[in-house]
Formats: sequence, C-alpha cells, structure tokens
Amino acid sequence: MKKLGALLLAFALSFSLVGCGNSSSSDDDSANTDISGTVTMDGSTSMEELVNGLAEAITEVYPNLTIEPQFTGSGTGIQSVIDGKVDIGNSSRALKDEELAEGLVENIVALDGIAIIVNSENTVTNLTTDQVIAIYTGEISNWSEVGGPDEAIVVIGREASSGTRGAFEEILGIEDECNYAQEINSTGAVVAGVQSTAGAIGYVSLEAISDATGITAVQLDSVECNTTTIADGSYTLQRPFVMATKGEVSEQSEAVQAVFTYLESDAGQELIESFGLVVPTE
Amino acid sequence: MDKEFISIKSNSKTKSTVEKIAAIIFTCCAVVSIVAVVSITAYMLISGTPALFEVGITEVLFSNVWAPTAADPQYGILNIILVSIVGVFCAILIGVPIGVLTAVNLSEIAAPNVRKILKTAIELLAGIPSVIYGLLGILIICPTIYSLEKMIYAGSSTHQFTGGANLLSAIIVLAIMILPTVINMTETSLQSVPDDLRTSSLALGASQIQTIFRVVLPAAKNGIMSAIVLGVGRAIGEAMAIMLVSGNSVNAPALFNSVRFLTTGIVSEMSYASGTHREVLFTIGLVLFVFIIIINIVLTFLIKGGDNNGK
Repeated sequence: MKKLGALLLAFALSFSLVGCGNSSSSDDDSANTDISGTVTMDGSTSMEELVNGLAEAITEVYPNLTIEPQFTGSGTGIQSVIDGKVDIGNSSRALKDEELAEGLVENIVALDGIAIIVNSENTVTNLTTDQVIAIYTGEISNWSEVGGPDEAIVVIGREASSGTRGAFEEILGIEDECNYAQEINSTGAVVAGVQSTAGAIGYVSLEAISDATGITAVQLDSVECNTTTIADGSYTLQRPFVMATKGEVSEQSEAVQAVFTYLESDAGQELIESFGLVVPTE
Repeated sequence: MDKEFISIKSNSKTKSTVEKIAAIIFTCCAVVSIVAVVSITAYMLISGTPALFEVGITEVLFSNVWAPTAADPQYGILNIILVSIVGVFCAILIGVPIGVLTAVNLSEIAAPNVRKILKTAIELLAGIPSVIYGLLGILIICPTIYSLEKMIYAGSSTHQFTGGANLLSAIIVLAIMILPTVINMTETSLQSVPDDLRTSSLALGASQIQTIFRVVLPAAKNGIMSAIVLGVGRAIGEAMAIMLVSGNSVNAPALFNSVRFLTTGIVSEMSYASGTHREVLFTIGLVLFVFIIIINIVLTFLIKGGDNNGK
C-alpha cells in the first residue's frame, strides 16, 4: 500500500508536469523542472543501460539534475543505500525481508521479462521451467525428449557480459552452469540464429519477439510471454528492477523525488520500454 | 611569370630551407611508425605479462578451463590458443593449394581475356571487408555445415549440436579470406621467374605441366613460402568474420565444436572485463602478438633467402 501511495503521488506529480506546463497551478515544488542537485546511485550491473539512459534523458526535463551512477552489483548497491552512502540502491532482484527491515522501500521501476524462442518449424509450444534448465545445462539434447520432433537441440545464448544472460541464468539458478553451443553478442543475432537453425533454442528480451518472423516464443509452464503476463507476475522468467530508497520516496530530497517523477512520466515510461522492459501496472 | 611571384620550386633562397624542412617532415613521418611499433610492443609486454605472474604461467597458458566470470574464476587459454593454431593450419591446408594453383593458372596458362576476368575477381575478393565474409558464412556455409553435422552425428547423444557455427565453418571462411593474399604473392613470384627457364625447359621436350611443376614452381619457391606465411598472418589476425561463424564458446579444437579464437576471445569480452580478467585478455593479445612476430621473422628470413638465391 505504501508503494502504491508513492506511485500515485509520483503519478499525480508527473500529471501536473505534463498537463500544466509553465502555468502550473500545482502548489507542489517537485513539479518544477528547475531542480538542481546530484543523485547518487549504486547497484546492479544489469540496470546499467537503463540507468545510463535515464541519466542522459532526465537532463532534457531537469537540465540541472545530475545522476551519478555506479555499477557494482545489486547486493553492494542495497548495502550502500542502507549505509546512506548513496541516495538510490539499484537492485535487479526483489528486496529480501531483512533488507526491507532496514527501512528500505522497494520501488519497482520496471520489469525485465525474457522470452524463450524456438524456430517456427519446431512443434514444441510449451516448456516447463525444469525442461528449460535441463536444456541449457545440457541434460536434454534432443527435442524428442520434450515432446518435439527428433531434432538435436542447438543451445544459443548470449555472451557472458549480457544482462539478458545474467537475468536468465540468475532467475533459473543456473549461473555458470549453462552449456552453450553458440554465444552471440546481440539480441538481433540470437533471433537470426534461431530463425535459420531448425533445432535452435534461444532467449531474448521481450521486445525482440514482437515483430520477428520465423521464430516462436514458447510458453513457460503454460503461460505465454507478453507484457500482461509479465506485469501480473504469472510469467515467471522475469525479474524486477528496483530502485531502493531508505524511507518513502516522498521523504527523499527534491532531486531524488524528481528521478521518480520522471520515471512515472510519459517520457520516463517510454524510456523504460525502449530498453525492452515492462512498466509495472500497479 | 612575374619575378615577384615566389615559387618554392625555383627560388634559390627558399630552396635550401624547403629542403631542410622537407627532410625534417620526412624524418618525423618515419619516426611515427617506429614509435608506434615500439610503444605497441612495450604496451603489450607491460599489460600482458602481469596476469601471467598473477594467475601463474601454467594456469594461463596450459590450462583449458576458461571461466573468467565464475565465482571461482579460471583463466586457462590453452583451448583458445590451440583453436587458433589448428584453425589457421587447416585454413592454410585448404587455401594454399587453391591459391597457388589459381596463381599458376593466372600466370602460366590462362588466355589473356580469362586472365583479365580472373584478376578483377581476385582484386574484388581482396577488397571485400571481412565482416562480409562472416555474413556469407552465416548465410551459406553455416546451414550447409549444419546439415553435414546432422548427418554425421545423427543419433549421437553426447555431441553438442552447434547449428553450423563451429570450427569447420570458421576454417572455410578463413581459407577463402586468405586466397587473395596467397594468389597475388604467388603470381608475382611466378612472373619474376625468368622466361629463359620456361623456354629452355620446353625446348628440352618437357610439357607445359612438367615445366610448371618441375621448373617454374621450384624457382618461385621462396615467393610461394612468403605467400603462405602472409596468409597465416592474415588468418591468425582475423576476428570479425570468424566471430560470426565460430559459435564463440570456449571448447577444444574439434571440427564440429563451437570454438573461440585468440582474436574473438579478446573482442567478445573486452567491453566488460575488469581486473584480472582484463589482464588475461591482454595476455591473449600478447600471445597473438608473439605469433605475429614469429611469422614476420620467418617472412624476413624467407625473403632474404630468396634474394640470395636470386644472386
């Protein structure tokens, strides 16, 4: 409920920002774009693209606002915000109970969903989480073992630095255990690889599957991968991007509030979607 | 011409100054390349050796477990080195006979108009950016190799299917890529073989083929060796094309394994590596650099040998 309140507040603020322009009737100072200051962030390397994009884009609305991000990992980021070293701790996983007990507030700014794709000639349309794990760790090597044609599985993944790979392996709990036949450096090339290889399986962020032909996104545990199922949590191959603050957003400095205001604005939501992320619906 | 018009070409006053300035500029230009080579060598040694001592020389060069991002990182690059050596060797094995025989055809056999077409085609081949070779590999070679792979390993449960992105595909792409180098070098050396040798051989009753293989090719031996060495240099330094067709997983060098070369190892991980991982990537660069130096020394040796033979 607290989070909902914070979001509603931020939403209202962003509305006043968009709707009212310079003749703002809002008596809340947060809506003005003159806010200057520095917001320090530390945390998840997976959120690096989003945070860097945010740091760049936010200056269009708040020219005097500077975001100083560091990318040391979710755990370190959360510890830093608990210790008060930074304003916002970025985490690419949900906060643990003991972290929430430290007074942190879990502000979910985006959801990162990963689709599992196969060649469109493949008759397999549904895989269980365990089957996906078995395929990627090399225990299952033929599609016939999961109810498909007698075709060898070509396991395609991303290079070790990829955020998608990090998320995929982290969510399934198979970090450094995957046995890849191909490690490809970009989402587009993964899609191309799956398109051209009959027995291929790959994983890509959600946005990549929307306009691609020749591939099928399989259901995971009978749940289709789309923005709705990611937003309502029924599709499990996803993780939240959390920007944790110590105490509610409304208790933070003007500059920090402005960051959340921006993320809730239309421009902010577009920014989030431009990185292939899903905006949480609550 | 008006006399007030000062020309740097003819004015005697400016002449000596211009000469001096020009000499200085030329010296500077020459120094640039020397400085570049020296600083690259120094930089590679400085940045490539720490990891060797930090991780241990045997741990890096003679271990085949590459897991730089694991909780307990391993930096064994033996597989990567072996893949580069095996890959380049096989590419040479395929590319050199084709290249040398093409050059023979060009220089000894082909009719002038055929030669013209062939020559243009080879020049074009030499000018194609390497990434295009990679795309060609993805579109044509990988699917073909994939069907071959499916035929060979049908029913195998232990083989990891690569979908055509494997060492064999990389070898084929490399073999095509070194063709222009080999052909051009070989052709030049064939043409420098004096015509007297050919006519003498033919006059003694040897057929044209006998002349080519018994007289002309042996005479051009050193040039052909240089062509091969240059081909090795080209192949071992190639990154972009094979990155697209080799699969990029670190595995032992087998034809149907997804593999990583020295070059692709650096390219695919440099952007995010840090700490020891980064230093080990520099060590990979150093290994590559050492290979290139060896190739160059061999080349210099061969060319010297060629000069002596000529005299």
